[in-house]
Amino acid sequence: MSTHATTRIVGAPVPRKEGVDKLLGRAHYVDDMERDGMAHGATVRSSIPRGLIRSIVFDPRIDWSEFTIVTAADIPGKNHIQLIVADQPCLADGKVNHCEEAIVLLAHASKQKLREAVAAVHIEYDPLPPVFTIEDSERQDVIVWGADNCFKSFLLEKGDVDSAWSGAAHIVEREYRTGAQEHLYIENNGVIAEYSAESGVMVWGSLQCPYYVHKALMAVFDLPEDKVRVIQTETGGAFGGKEDYPSILAAHAALLALKSGHPVKMVYDRMEDLAATTKRHPSRTRHRTALDRDGKLLAMDIEIATDGGAYSTLSSTVLSRATLHSPGPYVCPNVRVRSRSWATNTIPYGAFRGFGAPQTIFAVERHMDEIAATLGIDRIELRRRNFLHDGDTTATEQVMREPVILDQLMDRALAESDYHARRARFARENPGSPIKRGLGVAAFYHGSGFTGSGERTLNSLAGVDVTPERNVRVLVSSTEFGQGTNTVLTQIAAEAIGLDMNDVIMAPADTGIVPNSGPTVASRTAMVVGRLIERAGTQLVAMLREHAGLGEGFSREEFFAACEVYRAAHGSIISLCRYEPPPGIFWDDQKYRGEAYPAFAWSVQVAQVAVDTVTYSAEVEEFWSVQEAGRVLNPVLAAGQIEGGVAQGIGYALYEKVVWQNGRMANNQMTNYIMPTAEDVPPIHVYFEEIPFRHGGYGAKGIGELPHDGPAPAILNAIKDATGVSFHAIPLLPEDLFAGLAAQRPVEEAATV
Amino acid sequence: MSACWPTLHMTVNGEDRAVQAPPMKRLLDVLREDLRLTGTKEGCGEGECGSCSVRMNGELVNSCLVPVLQAEGACIQTVEGLAANGELHPLQQAFLQCGGAQCGICTPGMLMAAAQLLARNPHPSLAEIREGLAGNLCRCTGFTRIFESVIAAAAHNAEDSTNRSAEQEADAR
Repeated sequence: MSTHATTRIVGAPVPRKEGVDKLLGRAHYVDDMERDGMAHGATVRSSIPRGLIRSIVFDPRIDWSEFTIVTAADIPGKNHIQLIVADQPCLADGKVNHCEEAIVLLAHASKQKLREAVAAVHIEYDPLPPVFTIEDSERQDVIVWGADNCFKSFLLEKGDVDSAWSGAAHIVEREYRTGAQEHLYIENNGVIAEYSAESGVMVWGSLQCPYYVHKALMAVFDLPEDKVRVIQTETGGAFGGKEDYPSILAAHAALLALKSGHPVKMVYDRMEDLAATTKRHPSRTRHRTALDRDGKLLAMDIEIATDGGAYSTLSSTVLSRATLHSPGPYVCPNVRVRSRSWATNTIPYGAFRGFGAPQTIFAVERHMDEIAATLGIDRIELRRRNFLHDGDTTATEQVMREPVILDQLMDRALAESDYHARRARFARENPGSPIKRGLGVAAFYHGSGFTGSGERTLNSLAGVDVTPERNVRVLVSSTEFGQGTNTVLTQIAAEAIGLDMNDVIMAPADTGIVPNSGPTVASRTAMVVGRLIERAGTQLVAMLREHAGLGEGFSREEFFAACEVYRAAHGSIISLCRYEPPPGIFWDDQKYRGEAYPAFAWSVQVAQVAVDTVTYSAEVEEFWSVQEAGRVLNPVLAAGQIEGGVAQGIGYALYEKVVWQNGRMANNQMTNYIMPTAEDVPPIHVYFEEIPFRHGGYGAKGIGELPHDGPAPAILNAIKDATGVSFHAIPLLPEDLFAGLAAQRPVEEAATV
Repeated sequence: MSACWPTLHMTVNGEDRAVQAPPMKRLLDVLREDLRLTGTKEGCGEGECGSCSVRMNGELVNSCLVPVLQAEGACIQTVEGLAANGELHPLQQAFLQCGGAQCGICTPGMLMAAAQLLARNPHPSLAEIREGLAGNLCRCTGFTRIFESVIAAAAHNAEDSTNRSAEQEADAR
């Protein structure tokens, strides 16, 4: 069991472990690296959304003998990048299923010559009819994937939904939609690859999951695991966007390295990164809800459809999380969720912070406000009447064994935002002003770690060793990309062993050095991997006590002296721990029932929005985020996660629109894909309630994704509060506000006559 | 081939440097490739994100938009020129303490924008900080801790100058 007693380092605002290197400009991102004899790589991509490749013509005006040229025919192993299903080719072979699909790879020492050469490869196609929307895919007039266009479907059932309608006092039915969202990490995707017959493939890159890339390269090159080595370089933001795509890019660069005999660097520019790499799944969620006279939920019938893009990639697991978060943090005796992910001819959608949850939480938290308005019950009161509490069961019949403090989070959010007084003020001021202000609330949970049996399947291994230079090294494949992995895992190791921060270093995230502690995704690092490091640290001290005479209350000198005694006897000092599921966790994949997550993080957020009824702009003026995510390991980093997630959520709601033209992202530039700037992000107030979770690293639960789940519904609920108009889709841009408010105006004017 | 290109002179982080480069080569690429000062980053290549911000003759510029010809004879400061005598610049210290850097890729540009702001306006209001950093995008922090870092650095500078003037006063006596 984790210690909840006083800690020296865990819980302290320790500065970021790699912070000084980043601040001095000496941290090495992949584009800062060079290798001897290095060439650059570039990609020739499809210009149509779907079709057969008739021919590939190399313009004779280019001297192609200077270039390395790779096509699908050059792949020594399997031509696919498999995340779950093996449907996505590494390079298109005979047909393309989305714009920007990679067909030909080129390498040359000169980047300028590469640009000209890419334009001089002409692909001729026999076009096939494409499918671009969920509705077109559902109709199945054109089949673009498998037998029915459907990547995956889930059915989650609790109680008997169909029997509930007849006895209901109210039935509320609505549809909600969310758009694609781009990660917009400031560092684009990039890798360097080398190949030699003796050591195989070696890749350095900006990535989240070294062992995912490792697995992909083994298949593409048909190599055993010791002939593939993947090393993460400093990574300039990821947010899920470097979970799956780096496997493709690494394979491309390595194919060019194999054929050219030179190291090859491939770093996308912004336009290529935006056009060709993954985004958040667009979605449509329909709710039909039965309630009794007092506003208690009787039945929730939920239908979810996501757009998965051209290949299945991670769509099934994103859909799973979307499904499991769709009923919200409420008790309901009868729940049915039917969800499907559909194939379309756009880039494959992938992982993005929240992983399906922001889509369905947007729907359910907007829907709760719609229900409240329909029933004439205060929206806070409606939520309170239905909140989950300790001992209640969720839609998967998971019993809430850990404390659930939604009422307390709501109380705090209302108090900190001075909710009632502010709302009263807006009610007074709005009628005389062209600026209409309102407040909106969202309450939600986010499941920490992999879904269902996922953590058991991952079977993560992590630990610490001690170097001859007298450092404890943390051995994990968990990566740092801004969230604070290096810092919190170092804090945990130092705490568990009884050393200082400076005595502990991170081993490089290099598959040749570190064990597989699982991917850095799903808000699992602090909770799951942190717990492994805590156990490994405790185990190390026990080893030294038993075999090297380390006493109680040891000094730093005594610790490292004991390490030398142990090393002399055993050769090396290493302490590894493997994942052990918390007791009583059971998940049935067939019935989709049981403990969906080992733990949940909880949050209530409040947004204050001002809508300018002259310009139709909506601005978030202030934001409050209250959460319970277990023990806070580092208050500065934890608050930074919340603030950054809220800002991304504000962008999701009000700014960030991917414009599609014939299946291609038309606004693939930072000039016209707009994220919130320093002038757009409001003051964000962050408050933690801490309930240590026994099975997380020093009591931590997942935190990284949670804050992105709530801003969109809170903001649209605030816009309803301010203007009286309900919007059901994001992103909500000024033109959408104009359309919605204009549609309402005649009714309002007629009513006042 | 490089022999054909003109030799350009500039002062970078206080040192005189000469480079032979095509005159239209981006200052960003000259810094990163010719001078191996890779602290300056490329985020978008079109002047939107500010990751490549450097100070040139006392102005903040996006080095991806500056042909190196324009930098002939110029005085340029990059992130590598902020720390002096092995000590972090007050802005770097403040970013470290306040959590102003997460993934770190926007950080060099952000530091240069903040340095420019404080050089012009040693005690900016929050609104002035927001405006001063509006050309630099950060996707990790939501900017909150960056604002706090700039405020902390400004306060440190104020303390420093108070100390300095106290010392000067003492010296005068």
